[in-house]
Amino acid sequence: MSKSIEQKSVKFAVFLAVLVSMLMISTAYAGKNWRAEGNSKASQMAQNAEMCVRDTDFMRRNHMELIQHDRDVTVRQGVRTLDGSLKGCVTCHANKQESGEYVPVTAMSGPGGSQFCASCHVYTSVSLDCFQCHSTVPTE
Amino acid sequence: MKTTDQTDHKRRDFLKTGVAASAVTLAPGIVMHTAEAAPRDKAVDSSVRWGMLVDTFKCASGCDSCVQACNEENGLEAYSMPEGADPEKWDQQRPKWMRNVTLKDNLSGRISNLPLMCQHCENPPCADVCPTGASFRRADGIVMVDRHTCIGCRYCMMACPYKARSFIHENVDIKPELAPRGKGCVESCNFCVHRLDDGETSTACQDACPENAIIFGDLNDPNSEVSKALAEYPSVQIRADLRLNTGVRYSGI
Ligand code: SF4
Ligand code: SF4
Repeated sequence: MSKSIEQKSVKFAVFLAVLVSMLMISTAYAGKNWRAEGNSKASQMAQNAEMCVRDTDFMRRNHMELIQHDRDVTVRQGVRTLDGSLKGCVTCHANKQESGEYVPVTAMSGPGGSQFCASCHVYTSVSLDCFQCHSTVPTE
Repeated sequence: MKTTDQTDHKRRDFLKTGVAASAVTLAPGIVMHTAEAAPRDKAVDSSVRWGMLVDTFKCASGCDSCVQACNEENGLEAYSMPEGADPEKWDQQRPKWMRNVTLKDNLSGRISNLPLMCQHCENPPCADVCPTGASFRRADGIVMVDRHTCIGCRYCMMACPYKARSFIHENVDIKPELAPRGKGCVESCNFCVHRLDDGETSTACQDACPENAIIFGDLNDPNSEVSKALAEYPSVQIRADLRLNTGVRYSGI
């Protein structure tokens, strides 16, 4: 009997912890609208674009699925016009320094603070393997 | 997702061409290949088989324009030796997608030169042995490494009869946007796949050869330059005895 109460309280504690962390994350993100006028973090290209390849909420949660699916189709079937293009992400979301040089999307500092990929990935402590091979700045 | 992409690979056809080793059987193409101007928006299919003919009569001794162009195109030189490494070992293990080979006939003493790269085997041993499915043959005949799934075991390097593959031991200095690459994966010639997918129909080595010794094109299209040349001149596969039905053929050896 006491065991099951213990289990229940553990479950509740886990639930509480998840709830609190979700609340914390959503408050942290509340002020972040990459396309908002005047947000120095959004690159000019991203600001000018009508929208990202999907809406922002979808992209925040699912960008990795999109990229992973489309990378397979691109590498294995040669289709080069898909939405989930990492090159596309970098092209649109890389900021330029005043000198005109691009800042890597994984940089922790630059115009407006930490850059597009870094700002969330560092916060959530999710390592980014893409850029071991892929370029962090647009090169063309 | 499928782990192999050996679509339309017909064992019987393979055996037939294997027996006809150097006779260069080229299936008459029903669909004519035309160059597209825009990036590819449909999956590649086996109506095209990319291939190459190298005329070793034309390949000049001492020339390495094709190798230079390949290095340039794919960013292979952007790779620096870490401190304390053995320069000789480092040099031996540099990534090479293409190498210049000199052949000497011991009987006659005749010397010929040729560039050797991935032969884009129809039945690639590299893909056979790959434990992860990272080595694969695209439907249009290009054999590639999917670096996303390559674990760097180098089994494919051991299986390849042409020494066509390289392993990347250290971080690269520049990650080329067109041909992303990095430490821990195997790589090899991919017939400049980024160009082909963008609608171009030539490879960097072909464009660079001052002697026009390299002809690249669609082996399935009887009107392509490479098919016409193959129909006109005698050519062989290197190590035809392995019956891999290579996509790269050589004449004059
Ligand atoms: S030449 Fe080597 S790397 Fe190229 S397809 Fe054949 S076995 Fe694979
Ligand atoms: S090194 Fe990579 S491509 Fe080669 S066999 Fe191993 S996993 Fe496959």
